[in-house]
Amino acid sequence: MRLEYFQMVDKVLALDLEARTLRTANTVPDKSPIFEGHFPGHPLLPGVLLFEIMAQSCGMLLLRLHNYDRMAFLASVDKGKLRTFVTPGQVIEVFAEMVHDGSGFARLKAEGRVEGKLVCNAEVTLKTMPFPAPELRGYLLETAERIGMPMDAPAELGSSAPASAGNLTHV
Amino acid sequence: MSSTFETVANIIAETCDIPRENITPESHAIDDLGIDSLDFLDIAFAIDKAFGIKLPLESWTQEVNEGKATTEQYFVLKNLCARIDELIAAKSA
Repeated sequence: MRLEYFQMVDKVLALDLEARTLRTANTVPDKSPIFEGHFPGHPLLPGVLLFEIMAQSCGMLLLRLHNYDRMAFLASVDKGKLRTFVTPGQVIEVFAEMVHDGSGFARLKAEGRVEGKLVCNAEVTLKTMPFPAPELRGYLLETAERIGMPMDAPAELGSSAPASAGNLTHV
Repeated sequence: MSSTFETVANIIAETCDIPRENITPESHAIDDLGIDSLDFLDIAFAIDKAFGIKLPLESWTQEVNEGKATTEQYFVLKNLCARIDELIAAKSA
């Protein structure tokens, strides 16, 4: 992962379009300016970044399920738990699962493990909308390629939301 | 509509910590109950799960933003419940 660029997801381990789940592997770098302050002599991955890793894994799953036709933004984190310290060099395996794909939002569950041990978990709500900028979609497609997202089969969208959408914050 | 309203009112009371007695069929979710868009996502999630439907929030919001509908049509609770009943009927048709 490249913390300074908020590139938290390194690699897709498994994608199940039918079960609507994704597993990712994410290696905490050995060195980062973040560890100079968090904390001197006791480097720890900040807990907020564990939530970000889970949120990005959820977002990668949602984008793939929607065949990259819309963007996801973090709206809320519920029942978030940070269970133990995560340190430089450790590999966090995140399991993300779609709970409900609503209209303009989605609720997912995620958990992170290091060597099989649960280190964090949360319920994540993502707000979804059409891509606000075309280059953003391009960036995320490049990201999909970088992390090895399987792109061979299109996802079944089912009763998906309309292609055009408003913004709830305007109501 | 009455049972739909009871379910929706209980969801709103629980989700937004609003006293149940303050929630009536005439209540406007936004203007009267002060529910914001983020809280409404939680409410929509609970409604979707409770009734096995998918509230078309995006198209409703788009209609409101484009002036084709008023917020009262979708966010006054008796109207919201009528929409929910329509979605339930459409699902079982």
